[in-house]
Amino acid sequence: MSTTIAVVGASLAGLSAARALRDQSYDGRIVVIGDEVHAPYDRPPLSKEFLAGTASRQDIALGAPDDEDLQLEWRLGTTAVGLDSLGRSVRLADGSAVRADGVVLATGARARRLPGGDGLDGVHVLRSLDDAIALREDLAVAERLVVIGAGFIGAEVAATARTLGLDVTVVETQPVPLAGPLGADLGAVCAQLHADHGTRLLVGTGVAGLVGTGRVEAVELTDGTRLPADVVVVGIGAAPNTEWLTHSGVALGNGVLTDARGATTVPGVVAVGDCAATWSVAAGRHVRTEHWTNALEQPATATAALLGAGGPAPTPVPYFWSDQYGARIQFAGSRREGDVVRLVEGSFADRSFLVAYERDGHPVAVLGMNQPRLFTRWRRQLRSAVPTAS
Amino acid sequence: MIPVCPTTALPPGEAIRVEGDEPIAVFNVDGEFYAIDDTCTHQDASLADGWLDGCAVECPLHASCFDLRTGKVSGPPAKTPVRTHRVVVADGVVHVQPGVAAEGAA
Ligand code: FES
Repeated sequence: MSTTIAVVGASLAGLSAARALRDQSYDGRIVVIGDEVHAPYDRPPLSKEFLAGTASRQDIALGAPDDEDLQLEWRLGTTAVGLDSLGRSVRLADGSAVRADGVVLATGARARRLPGGDGLDGVHVLRSLDDAIALREDLAVAERLVVIGAGFIGAEVAATARTLGLDVTVVETQPVPLAGPLGADLGAVCAQLHADHGTRLLVGTGVAGLVGTGRVEAVELTDGTRLPADVVVVGIGAAPNTEWLTHSGVALGNGVLTDARGATTVPGVVAVGDCAATWSVAAGRHVRTEHWTNALEQPATATAALLGAGGPAPTPVPYFWSDQYGARIQFAGSRREGDVVRLVEGSFADRSFLVAYERDGHPVAVLGMNQPRLFTRWRRQLRSAVPTAS
Repeated sequence: MIPVCPTTALPPGEAIRVEGDEPIAVFNVDGEFYAIDDTCTHQDASLADGWLDGCAVECPLHASCFDLRTGKVSGPPAKTPVRTHRVVVADGVVHVQPGVAAEGAA
């Protein structure tokens, strides 16, 4: 009798898991369950080219011509509502269930919303294709955009909206944007792109609430300021989609807890991508990573573990990028507070530079703005410098 | 044919971008020259800025790999191949013939 593996989640991590299973010679059934009706698509362009209208749905499709050969059974537009670990089946919202010998959890994360921000037209988050389509339609007839949160998504939406000719204000609670991922110094450098391109950036200011009846009219700040707005985008991070696993027996923390290779606490169940909090040998704790590259590369390790193949846990070098106002920002490595920042090339004023973050005299991370060639070399070096876990 | 640079200006392991409407990237792999479209078919990155690994180049943005000899994708996320272009070395100068596929390329 042939075996079945259920992949729950049909975005980059889920699709990569399905592809990895076939690469690893698994020839049983693969059922891919996705809560969105759309075939897998790439999310990064949603805040950039797709939002700007320069990339089409076809451009951002993740499917490849030879995906037919993968022989996947798709269950799209179906939400998984429970996992029965003992009987190994995934329960779906339509009342049916998929029995499986192995399960890959790849349900991703969802955008956090502003408490009390629902119910007003013109208020958006940006995570899914439908979110992007709705926001694009709204931006097309708007004049003033307020973005809440100056993280990468917020900054990218602000940049795209500027190219569309909108008047844009970005509000950030923290004193410096991007201080978490980049450190305060470099966060401040990257945030200067807003001013360069005529976007107002207000930092150290909380949002008291949204004003409007039926449709949003303004954002009220904690200091009492009212920012008039036709459209508001809330970009305050994401939360893992794990609630459906609450009674499954799978251990949960900030995401599905897994070992370094992706195995959860339930045999035959692995977790990958944004929903997984994977044990990091380097950090000595579970780390949930929302990076695209992680969703692309991590599944192969987890599916190998699921198929019973041995092998060491990989020690990936985290990598992410952001495109804002025509500037390309790339970061790789693991930064900590206290790392020493050294300018390797270029200058901040020119918006073209490469900096290394050093600890005990060794580079541990690298950040480039408009320096793709040099950045790639440094990223390579970091990769080869990372010791493999024994 | 477009003159690119003296062979001495493009040592092994290096790449150079030939600007134009459709920019071309020229690589030196251990003394052999290869030319392909410079713009990654996935999104918008210059392959001349990528990482050379044997006869493949890895895109600097999302790590798609292209075979320099055929232009074919040898690693995702790109789905579409890049075009190859013939390279001619004459009098110590590297030239490319845009639109003429390299010999042996599909
Ligand atoms: S742009 Fe080259 S891999 Fe994405």
